[in-house]
Amino acid sequence: MSIDSLAPPVQLRNVVRQFGQQRVIDGLDLDIAPGEFVALLGASGSGKTTLLRSLAGLDSIDSGQLRVPKARAAVFQEPRLMPWKRAWKNVILGLHIPDAKARAVQALTEVGLAHRLDAYPATLSGGEAQRVALARGLVREPKLLLLDEPFAALDALTRIKMHKLIIELWRKHTPAVLLVTHDVDEAILLADRVIVLADGKIAEQLTIDLPRARDTGQEGFQAIRARLLGLLGVEVEVPASAAAVGVRRFAHG
Amino acid sequence: MTEKSLNPSSFSIDKAASPSGEPSGASRLIPDWVRNWRTPDVLLRLLSPIALLLLWELASQLGWIPQRVIAAPSQIGGTLWAMIVSGELGKHLLVSLQRALLGLSIGVSIGVVAALITGLSRRGEVILDSPMQMLRTIPSLALVPLFILWFGIGEFTKVALIVTGTTFPVYLNLFSGIRNIDPKLIEAANTLGLNRRELIWHVILPGSLPSFFVGLRYSLGISWLALVFVEQINTTAGIGFLASDARDFMRTDVIVICLLIYSVLGLLIDGLIRTLERFALAWRPSFVRN
Repeated sequence: MSIDSLAPPVQLRNVVRQFGQQRVIDGLDLDIAPGEFVALLGASGSGKTTLLRSLAGLDSIDSGQLRVPKARAAVFQEPRLMPWKRAWKNVILGLHIPDAKARAVQALTEVGLAHRLDAYPATLSGGEAQRVALARGLVREPKLLLLDEPFAALDALTRIKMHKLIIELWRKHTPAVLLVTHDVDEAILLADRVIVLADGKIAEQLTIDLPRARDTGQEGFQAIRARLLGLLGVEVEVPASAAAVGVRRFAHG
Repeated sequence: MTEKSLNPSSFSIDKAASPSGEPSGASRLIPDWVRNWRTPDVLLRLLSPIALLLLWELASQLGWIPQRVIAAPSQIGGTLWAMIVSGELGKHLLVSLQRALLGLSIGVSIGVVAALITGLSRRGEVILDSPMQMLRTIPSLALVPLFILWFGIGEFTKVALIVTGTTFPVYLNLFSGIRNIDPKLIEAANTLGLNRRELIWHVILPGSLPSFFVGLRYSLGISWLALVFVEQINTTAGIGFLASDARDFMRTDVIVICLLIYSVLGLLIDGLIRTLERFALAWRPSFVRN
């Protein structure tokens, strides 16, 4: 392995982003290790999306240091496929590689869409379109995969399938993942580490040590959930015995 | 087991067995195909125009409508046939179509190029958009006197007038089409690493194509309209000439034929554009579903 692949793909030091007088990101430090799955929780306006956009290169920062790998991909809440391109052409859009079609077929097969190669986005269901978007991200072999509430618009059943799929793909391609979500359960189910953002800073981070594959009925799950919800300002009752199992608190800063 | 669960009578709809279906004595004498007869919609639609035509013909024959007001349908039909057979109509039609197509293709080309310049670059917009907006407010027909002074009364003036009429619909629609592309798609393209040229080719141009077609339709309509007008200036051929010539000789039948040709050609061209759209915009939900 080269030195580059061992260095943390994401390194943020004292990052500030402000709109007018309001500091949306206010002196943020963050490292993401290679292949680490990080979930970012936070109330609306906490700066999650701004942070993700900065990492994706869609937004600049006002001060501080931001290091991200060149090979990165983003999947948004809406699939953002080009409606005029068939699924496979969407997947390889912007790629300059020989044998692009074969790669597209391979990527779409991976997400279970081998039968929809030639479909126009308008004919895909929400889940299918989002899987095409995932294939489009992963075909670039990113070192960092940015997911901006990618499952928020999907129905509950589709979401469960997508959770399974994203873990499979993450294991196979081993990118570092930053998942922005509102869904506390989703964050605990998927991530190695959950970061709670408040007022543009990391308010808290928890390493999730629960063994995979995870489910919400797992021992310790509810305790973490209650803790995270508490941090987000939602109080829930937890049986005392379940509390503080499998939670390791991180000091930040 | 499958036989039991798939018992057909349990879910098939049997019209004869339905409670209201008990045939009465009278209706049993009428054969089924007569009772079930449904007049095709097309025929129903044609019914009132045909009735109107017959009424018109009758009124003409009885002398209620003088020929100098409007000719009888039968006379119009006869004249049309004679003009087709003699090749006169074909000759004028060809001349008109050539004019319209030439003017249209130049006008649309100018509109497309201008829209690409202003749509794709800020500087282009600053430089080119305001003169285009000023020019578009001038009705092209108001330019006739000026154009005649500049270019004379020859073919050039006629085509130039069609050009000025057809440039702006394409320009305005394509420009707004380019500017109204979903910024989310542009963002997605940026995260995918598309360069400027690829962004234009893969995202902006295909995304603005629907607006281009809207503009093209307007331009086609206008080219047709302009034709009626410019062919009254010193012409010896073309549908517009035919109409103004007929006016001088009070040939209402020929005038009606010219009107018919304008509308039929308008419909044909619109159909052509529709077909083009069906291929070029095959990805649109409305076409995908069909």
